[in-house]
Amino acid sequence: MNIAVRQAPATQRLKIVDCDIHPVYRTPAELHPFMSARWREHMATFGTHFRHGLHGQLPYPRMMAAGMRLDSFPENGPPGSDLDLMRRQHLDANGVEVGMLIALSRGGMEERNLDFGAALSSAINDWQLECWVKKEPRLRAAIVVPQENADYAVAEIERRAGDPAFVQVMISPRSSDPLGHRRYWPIYAAAERCGKPLALHVAGYSGGHASTSSGWPTYYIQEHYAMSTGMQNTLTSLVFEGVLERFPKLKVVMIEGGFAWVPALSWRMDKHWERMRAETPHLRRPPSEYVRERVWFTTQPIEEPENPEHLSDIMEWLGWDRLMFSTDYPHWDFDDPRQVFQGRLTDAQKTRLFRDNAKALYGLQ
Amino acid sequence: MKVPLHGAIDCDLHPAMPSVPALLPYLDEFWADQLANRHIDRLPFTLSSYPPSSPLSARPDWRTRSGAPAADLDAIRRNALDRFAVHCAICNPLHGAVALFNDDMAAALCSGVNDWMASELLDQEPRLRASILVPGQSPELAVREIERVAPDRRFVQVLLLAMGETLLGRRAHWPIYAAAEKHELTIGIHAGSTYRAAPTYSGWPSYRVEDYVAQSAAFESQLLSLVAEGVFQKFPKLRVVLIESGFTWLPTWLWRTNKTWRGVRAEVPWIDRSPAEIVREHVRFTLQPVDAPRAEPQMLLRTLQHMGSDRLLLFSTDYPHWQFDADDVLPDGLPEDTIAKILIDNPRDTYPRLRDPVMGQAQGTGEKEVQ
Repeated sequence: MNIAVRQAPATQRLKIVDCDIHPVYRTPAELHPFMSARWREHMATFGTHFRHGLHGQLPYPRMMAAGMRLDSFPENGPPGSDLDLMRRQHLDANGVEVGMLIALSRGGMEERNLDFGAALSSAINDWQLECWVKKEPRLRAAIVVPQENADYAVAEIERRAGDPAFVQVMISPRSSDPLGHRRYWPIYAAAERCGKPLALHVAGYSGGHASTSSGWPTYYIQEHYAMSTGMQNTLTSLVFEGVLERFPKLKVVMIEGGFAWVPALSWRMDKHWERMRAETPHLRRPPSEYVRERVWFTTQPIEEPENPEHLSDIMEWLGWDRLMFSTDYPHWDFDDPRQVFQGRLTDAQKTRLFRDNAKALYGLQ
Repeated sequence: MKVPLHGAIDCDLHPAMPSVPALLPYLDEFWADQLANRHIDRLPFTLSSYPPSSPLSARPDWRTRSGAPAADLDAIRRNALDRFAVHCAICNPLHGAVALFNDDMAAALCSGVNDWMASELLDQEPRLRASILVPGQSPELAVREIERVAPDRRFVQVLLLAMGETLLGRRAHWPIYAAAEKHELTIGIHAGSTYRAAPTYSGWPSYRVEDYVAQSAAFESQLLSLVAEGVFQKFPKLRVVLIESGFTWLPTWLWRTNKTWRGVRAEVPWIDRSPAEIVREHVRFTLQPVDAPRAEPQMLLRTLQHMGSDRLLLFSTDYPHWQFDADDVLPDGLPEDTIAKILIDNPRDTYPRLRDPVMGQAQGTGEKEVQ
C-alpha cells in the first residue's frame, strides 16, 4: 500500500526468510554483458515476443504506480532495480536474514522465440549472480528456465546445479500445456537430480490460455484472483498427471498464489479421485497426501478472514511446516512481517513460518 | 446421514435427457426437417462434461442393466423423490444443445427440451419443478426463450453452465439477468463446460477428473465476474445459485476478494459494500458435492463457520450423479437447525416461485421423519 512504512532497522528479534523478492534491471543494457552480440542485436531490433496484445505493458493496468509500492521507486529506474534501496528499505528494515530472488520479467519463461528465451534465461541467471547475489550475501537466486524448451532448460539447470547461490529451479505455471504434461518431465527430473525445489511463481499471460475457463476477465481485481484459481489448476495437474508420484524427491514451492484454498482443493481432489481413480491408476495414494508431503506455499498475499482465527484453522489443516513467509517486495500488495499474521500464533509457529520452514526446505544454515 | 425430515426441497436433480426424435414433436417444421435431413436427430447431445458411463455421471445402483443412468420418471420417484421424502425437486436439464455453435439451432433444441420437460415430467409429477434451458452464448435468443417459458411458474430458474464462451458477469449477458429478475426466476449456474476455452489457465488437462476438479475454480471465476462487473447492483433482486459447484472453496474466495477489493476498489466503484456481503445476500450453493473429508466432520463444520452464514446452502441430491452412497445425502454432524435451513428454509427463501401458493404446504420447520 502506498503509505509511509517504517524505514528504521527492524526491532523484532526474529530474523526472517523472505521467499519472494523481485529484482529487475534498471535498463536492458544490464543484461548485455551476459548475452552474445547476436542476441543483443535481436533484443534491440525485435524485442521480446509474448502472447498478449500490449507488449511490455499491462493489459490489466494496476491501481497504483503500475503495481509497485510508491515508496519503492529509486532515483533512477524501476522499483526493485536498486540494491542499496532494497537493503535500506527492506532487507535491513524488515530483518531479512535470507531473501529469495524471483526474477520474473524478461527471463525467457514467456518468450515465444525459444532460442531467444534460452539466451535470456541464461543472461538473467548470470545477472542475478553478478549484480545481486555476489554483492549481497543475504540474497539467493532461482535458476530461471523457459519451460517450453525442456532440452535447454535441463542444460541450464545442470550448468547451475553446483552453485549454492541458486537454491531452486523456476519455471512459469502459465505454460503452453498444464505443467503435469510429459513434455515438462525432463525439467522435473533435472530438478530432482540436483536436489533443488521447483519454484512456481504466479504469472500473467505467458502460455496464451485465458486466465479463466470462460475466457479473459475484465478487471485487474479478477486477474489478481486468477492467480489463486490458476495455482489450483497447476497443483491439480502436478498431482493427477503423476508428476509427484513419478518424481518422489521433487519438492514444489507455490509462490504468491495464496494458500487458504489448499485444504478445500485437497478435499475436492480426494473426493473425486476416489470416484474416478480407475482413470488415473498411476496415482498410488490420495491426492492430499502428495500435497501434504511435497508442496510448500508462501504466505503473500495472505488471505484475510473477517475473523483472523479462521486462518489459523487453515494453517492447522495445511500443516505448520509447509508455509513460508514472503513479502513480494516491491509490489503493491506487499505483506509487512509485523502485521501479516492477525491471528494468535505461538512463538514456535511464528519461528517456523518466518524462518525455519524455509531454512529446512532450502537447506540454509 | 439420512434426511431426517419430510418436505425437503431438492435443488439439483437430473432427469435423463430425451433423444432428438422425442423432441421433434415440440419443434417447428423447419427445425424438424433440418434435424432429420442432416441426421442431427441421431446425435445423443451428451455434454462432454458428463460421459454416460463415467462413475460421476450415475451411481452404480442408479444405473439400468444396460449401464445407462436410470433417470426416467419412475426411477426419479423411486430413487430420489420418495427416497428422500422431498416436497419438490428442481430438474436441471444437462443437454448438449448449449454446446452447439449455431445459435438458432441451439435455441430450437433448448425450446424443445423445455416443452418436453413441461409435458413429459412436470405435467406427470406434481413434485417436480424445472430450470429453463437457454442458449447462453446468445443473450438475445436466451431472453426470447425465457419470455416464452416464464408464464409457466413451474419453471423456477434459468440454467447456465459454469464454463462457457465468456465470463457471465460481462454486460453482454445482462439482458438474461434483467429477464430473470423481472420474472422472479433465479439464475442457476451448473457445473459443466462447453469447452470454448481450456478448462485451466495453462491449457487442457489429460484426465476427466482434472476437468471436474477444475469446475470449482470455474465457479470462483464466475462468482467474481458477477460481483466485479456490478451485476448485483444493476439487478438488486437477482439471486444466483451455484449448482454442483462444491462450496468448501467459498471461505477463501470471501477472504481474498474482500481483501483485494479494499486495495483496488476504485477500479470497480459500483461495488457499494464488501464482496462477502454481496455474496451472502445474493448467491446460494447446492449441497452436493460436499468436498470435505467424511472421516473428520469437524473440518466441514468449521468450514461452514468460515462461510459466515447458515443461509447459503440448498439441499441437493444431484441425482443420479454419484456424490454419496446409500442414503447419506447429508454430511454428518450438522446441527439440527442448520439441517432444517438447508433442506427447506433456504431453498424457499432463494426461489421466489417456490413460494407460490400453488406450491402447497411446505412447512418452514419441516415435519419429523416418520419412516
